[in-house]
Amino acid sequence: MIDARVVIVGAGQGGLQAAMSLRQDGHQGPITLIGGEPGLPYQRPPLSKAYLKSGEADKLVLRPADFFAKKGITLRDGTWVEAIDRTARTVHAEGEALPYDRLILATGTRNLVPPIAGVSRALGLRTLEDARRLRARLTAPCRIAVIGGGFIGLEFAAVARSLGHEVHVAEAAPRLMARVLSPDMSDRFRRMHEGIGTALHLGRGVTEVTDEGIVLSDGQVIAADLVLLAAGVRPNTDLADRAGLAIDNGVRVDATLRTSDPDIFALGDCAAFPDPRTGRTIRLESVQAATDHARAIARTITAGTDAPYEAVPWFWSDQADWKLQIAGLASPEDDSVAVDDHTVLRFADDQLSAVETINNAKVHMKARKLLAGTTPPARDMLAAGDYDLTSV
Amino acid sequence: MVKLTYIEHDGTETVVEADPGDTVMSTAIANGIDGIVGECGGSMMCATCHCYVDDAWTDRTGDRMDGEDDMLDCAASEVRPTSRLSCQIKLSEDLDGLVVHLPEEQV
Repeated sequence: MIDARVVIVGAGQGGLQAAMSLRQDGHQGPITLIGGEPGLPYQRPPLSKAYLKSGEADKLVLRPADFFAKKGITLRDGTWVEAIDRTARTVHAEGEALPYDRLILATGTRNLVPPIAGVSRALGLRTLEDARRLRARLTAPCRIAVIGGGFIGLEFAAVARSLGHEVHVAEAAPRLMARVLSPDMSDRFRRMHEGIGTALHLGRGVTEVTDEGIVLSDGQVIAADLVLLAAGVRPNTDLADRAGLAIDNGVRVDATLRTSDPDIFALGDCAAFPDPRTGRTIRLESVQAATDHARAIARTITAGTDAPYEAVPWFWSDQADWKLQIAGLASPEDDSVAVDDHTVLRFADDQLSAVETINNAKVHMKARKLLAGTTPPARDMLAAGDYDLTSV
Repeated sequence: MVKLTYIEHDGTETVVEADPGDTVMSTAIANGIDGIVGECGGSMMCATCHCYVDDAWTDRTGDRMDGEDDMLDCAASEVRPTSRLSCQIKLSEDLDGLVVHLPEEQV
């Protein structure tokens, strides 16, 4: 349906990519891209990295203003969608009903706010506005407490240390980035962060945020002038839920990324989709999932095909001078094999499930290729070659 | 300002004025050049800003950066001796007049 009216709710990287890919694939119908935040679509990953140092917001913009007119994409920024009427096939925003033939939900996530006393004293880091506010606080020496030892918290902590601030990170789990990393890799990152002078408080949650700092679960008080809450995110599913679409830790979609309504798709951080390798329902928070989902949906809409989504997941995180790269997707219970100082392989049922590397682009890219096949490499085959992926 | 020319696969030529310090990738994005995607924003996580440096300029753009070869291995179009990731070419007065050619596909 190359003349379908397409409405995209959410103008982050995934929503924008869907609009761009539709045009690239020859879509001729009108495309409306609706974003809740004001301004042009921008990149989020640098908000916890380069932007905090440089403050160059114009460098974050994904495409310039005239791009949208040139491509025939109507961008409605600063606009919140209130409801979807699936019977009339309209989207309701600010008193207006926008008709659609195909609807794409790219609503992303919002920060999880755990039930901690005084948590509203903490700042978050998700939008450009959040990053601006944090950055303004980093201009004078201060004591910083970060709640959460995941990607965002640790990236922020590393930047804050490099600027000379005193930094504490409290993580309720016994190790860093526990949801996505092997214990071995978590430990390497623990040593690196301790090495640059960050105080880590592992296995200790935060029970209170006060005007003086944070209180840990064992009663220890960490004095802080600035508290960052980085305890993960929740998918924005309210709109889909109210429209009666199936929800399962995200907007549930099938292998073609369609929701329970075949005219409505969901992509990126908000979409719960079947893992092409295991069949489990998963939800990924990454640039890769957002843009690969977007391209797949654009193909489905323009070509009318039903090819299943099957891209290999990949992730990255920049912390101090370490670039962590992950290819594939491991479950926390997957086996780990530490190959060298830079590489850990993960295995599920004796098949390669993921590869974690530090500053090792060669192995990372090789892993992305190896995991792209229909059958992941077997453990005994890799063991026979001393787990050297580059020789496979 | 530095003059920079992009020649797309279909022959479309675009001449832009760029700021020293910016990269060939970020300048392309800011000027709406279709042949550059730059999906990871210059983090060396993808190969969607692949370009071919014009033969007359390869001496001045210098060698590939650490890890660039590995990323180019996954480029969607043919990799040639002049292939670079445009996010790794930082513009300077030295590169005033630079010409880069863009491949057919980036994804």
